[in-house]
Amino acid sequence: MKRNGIFFWIGAAVFLIAIALMTKLITNEYPFFAGYVILQFIVLAVAWSILGGHAGYVNFGTSAFFGMGVYTAVFLFKVAGAPLLVQIVAAAGVGALMGFALGLLTLRMQGIFFSIATIALTIVIETSITNWRYVGGAAGIQLQRPPVTWPFSGYVQMLFFVQAVLVVLAVVVSRYIQNSWIGRGLQALRDDELAAECTGVPTLRLKVLACVVSGALMCAAGAPAAMYLQYADPSSAFNLNYSVSTLAMSLIGGTAHWAGPIVGAILLGTTQQLLTVTISSEVNVLVLGVMLVLFVVAAPEGLIGLLRRVRDKRREGKQ
Amino acid sequence: MTPPGTSAPLLQISGLTKRFGGFTALDNVSVDIRPGERFGLIGPNGSGKTTLINCISGAFRTEARTVVFRGEDITQLPAHVRTRRGIARSFQIPRPFKSMTVVENLMVALDFAVATDPLVSAAHRHETAMSILAGMGLASKADASATTLSQVELRKMELARAMATRPKLLISDEAMAGLSSSEVDEVLDLLMSLADQDITVIMIEHIMQAVMRFSQRVMCLDAGKIIAIGAPNEVMANQRVQEAYLGT
Repeated sequence: MKRNGIFFWIGAAVFLIAIALMTKLITNEYPFFAGYVILQFIVLAVAWSILGGHAGYVNFGTSAFFGMGVYTAVFLFKVAGAPLLVQIVAAAGVGALMGFALGLLTLRMQGIFFSIATIALTIVIETSITNWRYVGGAAGIQLQRPPVTWPFSGYVQMLFFVQAVLVVLAVVVSRYIQNSWIGRGLQALRDDELAAECTGVPTLRLKVLACVVSGALMCAAGAPAAMYLQYADPSSAFNLNYSVSTLAMSLIGGTAHWAGPIVGAILLGTTQQLLTVTISSEVNVLVLGVMLVLFVVAAPEGLIGLLRRVRDKRREGKQ
Repeated sequence: MTPPGTSAPLLQISGLTKRFGGFTALDNVSVDIRPGERFGLIGPNGSGKTTLINCISGAFRTEARTVVFRGEDITQLPAHVRTRRGIARSFQIPRPFKSMTVVENLMVALDFAVATDPLVSAAHRHETAMSILAGMGLASKADASATTLSQVELRKMELARAMATRPKLLISDEAMAGLSSSEVDEVLDLLMSLADQDITVIMIEHIMQAVMRFSQRVMCLDAGKIIAIGAPNEVMANQRVQEAYLGT
């Protein structure tokens, strides 16, 4: 376990150094544009699986959190020209509050009812933003990027690096939860909420905690998107595609291990980027659907579950 | 050990009424359970036995002061706090944590129900879990998935998980239902051995031989009311108990 930990931290450091080097060595902006989207989906998928994977509460409201992240950034930028870091931290705070509210919902709603409520949440928030003139209303809002700060050579490079830091943060949190008593408690309540409660697990507190952490990370992942696009409008910030893609990435990667959503997000995110460039952005939604169906049938526990099964079989074979 | 009856009651149920809409599941139930007692709870289906358990363990809320445990009113406490105070239960239909192994099921209890001492390492807790499993004859199944267990093993695992919370009061809800007669004896012996460890046990059961052998006192519920309480032989001989079971 200890050795695993060292490898993990070395891996995280190498990843960040590699990203930093990329921003120095690659001059073409396109890899950063594409890479940013993939990194953003890694954060979303990892954050989603904290609630959806560990606790088993399927959240269709990823886009609500993402969109709120975008609009927190827009609002702060318009009101005070807040720097990126402030935008992200504030978005995380907003996400945590939203998560708290969502967590209280689980008090009365379980299973499918919870999921439906999260869809409703998205619609309610999107409608509110659409009718809020100050942040652009339905027409959206243009944003002028401030000059980039040292040591970055371009704003997109900086956003790329910032999103990579968020990836590391999300993975560290998710890994910690999985390996700690929190993870065991969430797993217990996913299996059987009443039995968990009667075994001493404070189910409500853990669910609220999972919602808060998951929500904060999702919102934080959305915050830089305003500056990335230099434009925000409700129908794209709250696009249901974020919810569906995030869910698909988590499930295809597998939620039994923290690495699952990363694998899923890289696999699906890269595929989507390639398809968008080579064919069309409509086709990538189709491919997403087909892949989801294939995985539900062939590997219901995702790639991580598939790998585990193969490994277990091999071990049995040896014995 | 003090003989039952001389010390203050461990659990006091007083004037407990539980309604679901217009249906009265429990009607003014009052009973004291003494420390160390082996208490049998019987009654026909739908008489309110499981409702009573749910009110004690916290799955259902009740009015203030209707459930007092070790001198404290616990009616406002959520179930997990009651578990930490020392009330553990098994379920009529086993409810294992299916994605976990047997020993992990117990680890949940050790992680959450027992006051955490930072000095007690995870390895030590694992050892504790293993020794409880060994006591239940489940040691060989420790690393098996909970889904692979047989019915009797599941029942034992539920009892082991309940024991891992270090209860003062253990409520066994039909732990013997659907078992063969030799398996019933096995589980009964287990419950007897727990009672010897100073744990008060409330046993809900339909298997009369088991109830008679196990209980020091038996209470019979019918339609939410106590119709008889006392020594097992007396309760069995009671006219109203026989009517409730056989119908009139």
